[in-house]
Amino acid sequence: MRIRTLALPLAAAALLAAQPAAAQKKYSPGATDTEIKVGNVNPYSGPASAYGAIGKAIGAYFAKVNDEGGINGRKINYITLDDGYSPPKAVEQTRRLVEQDQVLLVFQPLGTPSNTAIHKYMNAKKVPQLFVATGATKWGDPKRYPWTMGWQPNYQTEGRIYARYILENKPAAKIAVLYQNDDYGKDYLKGFKDGLGAKASMIVAEASYEVTDPTVDSQMVSLKASGADTFFNITTPKFAAQAIRKAYDIDWKPVQFLNNVSNSVGSVLTPAGLEKSVGLISSYYLKDPTDPQWVKDPAYLDWLAWMKKYNPDANLNDTFNVYGYTAAQTLVQVLKQCGDDLTRENVMRQAANLKKVALPMLLPGITIDTGPDDFYPIEQMQLMRFNGKTWDAFGQPIGG
Amino acid sequence: MARLLGPDGRRVGLALLLLAACVLPFLLSSYRTFQLTSALTYAIALVGLNILTGWNGQISLGHGAFYAIGAYVAAILMDRFGVPYWATIPVAGFVCLGAGYLFGLPALRLEGLYLALATFALALATPQLLKWKHLEEWTGGVQGIVILKPDAPFGLPLDQDQWLYFFTLAITVLMFWLARNLLAGRIGRALVAIREQPTAAEAMGVDIAFYKSMTFGVSAMFTGVAGALGAIVIQFVAPDSFTLFLSITLLVGIVVGGLASLSGAIWGALFIQFIPNVADHISKAAPWAIYGLFLIACMYLMPTGVAGLLRAAAARLDRAPPGP
Repeated sequence: MRIRTLALPLAAAALLAAQPAAAQKKYSPGATDTEIKVGNVNPYSGPASAYGAIGKAIGAYFAKVNDEGGINGRKINYITLDDGYSPPKAVEQTRRLVEQDQVLLVFQPLGTPSNTAIHKYMNAKKVPQLFVATGATKWGDPKRYPWTMGWQPNYQTEGRIYARYILENKPAAKIAVLYQNDDYGKDYLKGFKDGLGAKASMIVAEASYEVTDPTVDSQMVSLKASGADTFFNITTPKFAAQAIRKAYDIDWKPVQFLNNVSNSVGSVLTPAGLEKSVGLISSYYLKDPTDPQWVKDPAYLDWLAWMKKYNPDANLNDTFNVYGYTAAQTLVQVLKQCGDDLTRENVMRQAANLKKVALPMLLPGITIDTGPDDFYPIEQMQLMRFNGKTWDAFGQPIGG
Repeated sequence: MARLLGPDGRRVGLALLLLAACVLPFLLSSYRTFQLTSALTYAIALVGLNILTGWNGQISLGHGAFYAIGAYVAAILMDRFGVPYWATIPVAGFVCLGAGYLFGLPALRLEGLYLALATFALALATPQLLKWKHLEEWTGGVQGIVILKPDAPFGLPLDQDQWLYFFTLAITVLMFWLARNLLAGRIGRALVAIREQPTAAEAMGVDIAFYKSMTFGVSAMFTGVAGALGAIVIQFVAPDSFTLFLSITLLVGIVVGGLASLSGAIWGALFIQFIPNVADHISKAAPWAIYGLFLIACMYLMPTGVAGLLRAAAARLDRAPPGP
């Protein structure tokens, strides 16, 4: 207490003294002439600790930025804390970042439950909850939550993209949908139906499953019986593999759309059977580090050099390292745009003022765009088709 | 001179502790106050589990489930029915009393490790049941329920965190007082007798079935009250908040604090609240390994928990000859 009562007038005096020299510079807590404090909450322990790779990759990218002189002469002081994917812990750690460490903003907190838990708090405190790491759709609501912004394409956007493709290329399709019965599955389905709009009656059959179900075999049989010639597969990896295999085994050959949650060649298509996966359509927005087509790509080589120098313990096959790298670059862009006005208000203003930002590890043609009413940074995805070995991109990147 | 272990020593110690507890929120930041509030809610839950495991010798790996039920009762009442936050706490307690009693009936047939496994199943099932579609309308599914943070009433000059702290502190004191009265007399002796020598206890006329299932109920009630307070403090409940790990954490808390000790619940709560943060601070790469080291160190240095260590230290001071 004694220290605080002393520190306050001292700090105020220092601020007053500094005022005339720095007339242009404006700071919120967490920003000074030499430093920008960025907070982050990630699951380094617990059931979802695989995602911790993202938090580490972000730190490794900021280390590179600092080595190269920082942003407008300021070093990033990145404070990342573990929440073990537990919402109560996320609240506690976020409060520590905001109230004790006094960060300028909280960047890329991970997970829908954790972000929901801190949503109201961040907006009440007016501290940016910037570029959250979750695919749910509710993060782009500037009217009610002006201090929160998403980053990756959300599930509804992706659903709308497939709907748009179907309307343009297969207007007479009869569609069957299989979805996971929770808000992830429902988010996709809503986007898909919104995209079809007045033509939503093209969906002739819907089936759902619970995460706890052992298989989706019976659902697949009934979907086939509906006579559908197009299939939208909204499932998590284990069920995606089952559905692909079952469709092949019961000799059902619709045009298949697979949500990007499950488009990993290694963990979904290989167990399903590569020959059974030929012709699947899915979408993505980042360059897959295991895809041979990028081996000579300069952006990929830069990423590889950064991985070797700054993130040497991380897995080169892990897309999370591309995700963290690209997300961190987005924040660097925002902070550059902020110039010497490092107030929380200006951070949000600049985050909502990203125009056609093309980052190296985004797929060609995909850019980051935001506006005062558009809090969805990445809204385009590249459609791609599986050739039995890898995914082939086709057409231009499209938005929902 | 008052002996540390005598009734006077205890009373003085308790008064000092309460005084410190009342002054702390005015000295600390709201973030620290919030952390202490969380620790207090854990302390209540630990008292509950300690009654069951410490005093009565029944091992439960599933108390996170009762914590979850308490939290959800509070959240649903506030969110769907507009019940004021303070009124949800007794309701949560009674619901958990019932749930615990009912779970205790079949659990009567299970002893030791078998009971541990049965309660383990309860802890595993809870997060999934909360997502179940027929309950989703109430529980909000995976999204959970966001609740509002209460303001201090009657225009008290306290901010939200300070008010919640004092509110929680008052309930903590009440629950500790209840537990003390319950355990200090005949019932407490019956519980210990069942733990130590069930056959002898039965021969002396202790109704084992009744005591065991009632203990389960009361224990669940304490934990449910803690859960309701936890929900109000965090302002959010979701299935992911109440995983199996919560149940294990509670068990860690009572063992580190000291089995069959009320003061041990406070030490245990401080441990489970603060040690994970210390571990995270030491190493991002392996926070759990560090946590494990702390745990092993505790077990080696204080095999009877913090409370046991303090008791031994106080006994030694009492025995030492008074200085000149």
